[in-house]
Amino acid sequence: MGLTRHREGNGAREFRGGIVALMGNPNVGKSTVFNALTGLSRHTGNWTGKTVDSAVGAMRGERGIGVCDLPGCYQLSPTSPEERIARDFILGGRADCFVVVCDASCLERNLNLVLQTLALTRRVVVCVNLIDEAAKRGVTVNGGELQKLLGVPIVLTNAAKGKGLNDLKKAIFDMLKGEKENEKGEITAERWDFVPTPQWAEAERITRACVERDSDPRGARQLKLDRFLTGKVTGRLMLPLLLAVVFFITMEGANRPSELLSRAFSAALSWLRTACSGALPPAVEEALFDGVLGTLATVVSVMLPPMAIFFPLFTLLEDLGFLPRIAFNSDHAFSRCGSCGKQALTCCMGFGCSAAGVVGCRIIESPRERMAAILTNPLIPCNGRFPALTALIGVMLAGALGAGGGVVGALVLTGLIFLAVGVMLLFTKLLSATVLRGKASHFVLELPPFRKPRIGRIVVRSMLDRTLFVLGRAAAVAAPAGLVIRLLMQSGAIGSIRAFLEPAGRLMGVDGATLLAFALAFPANELALPLLIGIYSGTAAGTAGLASVLALNGWTAKTAFCALILTLFHCPCAATLLTIRRETRSLRWTALSALVPISAGAVLCIAANGIWSLFA
Amino acid sequence: MEYELMRLCELPAHAAGVVEAVDECDMRERLEGLGLTPGAEVVRLFSAPCGEPTAYSVRGSVAALRRRDAAAVTVRVRIWD
Repeated sequence: MGLTRHREGNGAREFRGGIVALMGNPNVGKSTVFNALTGLSRHTGNWTGKTVDSAVGAMRGERGIGVCDLPGCYQLSPTSPEERIARDFILGGRADCFVVVCDASCLERNLNLVLQTLALTRRVVVCVNLIDEAAKRGVTVNGGELQKLLGVPIVLTNAAKGKGLNDLKKAIFDMLKGEKENEKGEITAERWDFVPTPQWAEAERITRACVERDSDPRGARQLKLDRFLTGKVTGRLMLPLLLAVVFFITMEGANRPSELLSRAFSAALSWLRTACSGALPPAVEEALFDGVLGTLATVVSVMLPPMAIFFPLFTLLEDLGFLPRIAFNSDHAFSRCGSCGKQALTCCMGFGCSAAGVVGCRIIESPRERMAAILTNPLIPCNGRFPALTALIGVMLAGALGAGGGVVGALVLTGLIFLAVGVMLLFTKLLSATVLRGKASHFVLELPPFRKPRIGRIVVRSMLDRTLFVLGRAAAVAAPAGLVIRLLMQSGAIGSIRAFLEPAGRLMGVDGATLLAFALAFPANELALPLLIGIYSGTAAGTAGLASVLALNGWTAKTAFCALILTLFHCPCAATLLTIRRETRSLRWTALSALVPISAGAVLCIAANGIWSLFA
Repeated sequence: MEYELMRLCELPAHAAGVVEAVDECDMRERLEGLGLTPGAEVVRLFSAPCGEPTAYSVRGSVAALRRRDAAAVTVRVRIWD
């Protein structure tokens, strides 16, 4: 989900042993091969366009050799941005070896790209990946024959299992050691203008010679599953049901660990405080324990458990190949709002992190639709807002429900997510009817086969990535924010700020302190609730204390509901705004992207407050 | 055995056809990239709940197209009677 940082970019000339570029059709496992070669952990997922940027890493065991993972492309025409990146890499001689990764199950289409690449350079290794999956589908590739026909090294691999990777490495080393041909030298103007011709006839001929096809027992099952998931009734019910189940597991699973963490932290903090009592001046002690460490403890105990459960579940669905089906089913709704189903994919990424969702918008080809998708992406609650939603739902429903509370909570959350999606569609329609007017574009989406997810790997990776990321961000952002609140309190300024915000807060069904907490959470959305607790109580408390602290400050179910709406439509965090600025290259669009959720939040909060007051 | 020419979007459910031609349009390059070129076999698989888009199998993979975009492709379909 773009949360781990690698050195990104195309240059990386510091590798003396040479540069290896990985290219190939989308969703053939380039990133998996990349991870296997470098030992890095670039996020992989079973859908076309998962990787939209290029990453560079050093080869494991051979630090002098750089490996570059290029975005997927079907051919080398200079029209689409991804295809241009791959084409420029070859023409610019920016790599010493090109590994074209192919999907063994549909070699014919992959060979078109291989043949176009071979027309430009001979420094190619063809990596026929996913051979095990192909074998299960009754497809066998004859590597020796293929090598004879293409005249370049062929390696058969199953990168996810590590099969054939040693052969691939050996082929790459041989290619890098081999004499450098002249073609890496200057590029003449006419080569830059070169437009490769499709080579389908040749691809067909080679496929007939090298690929054996038996009956496909799994194909029928996959098709059945697809027909089920896209059926007239089942297709419509699939998404809400799925979300409700995921939310239920997350909410039920996060309660216990949250409580335990909160208790452990408060015990540790009070022990530490007694241990250092007298060693520090009182003002510093207060700022350190109540401000910095207290906020940090709340962020970790309230926010971490739901994130650590939701994220692996989501990654599981992604690995299965579920996301493209969601895009497929929702294309019609999006197209009526002047966009396309690929926006659904970017929303799914936005669930993880809005900044990642914004970067993911690169998969949308039409610039107009891409802009609309970027501007509306922060309307989808990201992982940073998600735990606050579950906590607030708990507060809202507290006491009102008994045993069935978990199910109702999950349903409420599902409803809220659909509200967010509805508002996003509305804004998309508004934008494409006003500032982003233009003709509707095309929609081409590949539906990859369902693949068995690698469960162990997913759990470890996404929990670890997620945990480290949240902890790092909490340390970097929560601590100073907690300190600011503490200083505001010590100086007495907080009272007047709260009083100033109070009328606006009341109008929106909350209070001045809530608005202040949400405003101060600008660096990271996950801070809003912990800071609010800090403002209310003077010290930060865990979840156990959350409901009681809020109740003490006059919160009712209505207040919690309005706070839920406010959490749902929250100003994008600083990191997201910076990403939007980078992607749109415009301050005005960035400002609009902040204005969209803020205005939606304000209007809906006032409306919710009014309607609730009418009926209550 | 007879053949009939039709637009890809008119292909009946579960039916197969062979691509005859792709119209000259701004969509053409994308369709060609997927392998929708003369001679390629296409099978209509399933449609989304709202009837659009529709998934087609072409050259070993599955691609979804909207009706309007699929109309740019002409297919040859074998008729039995």
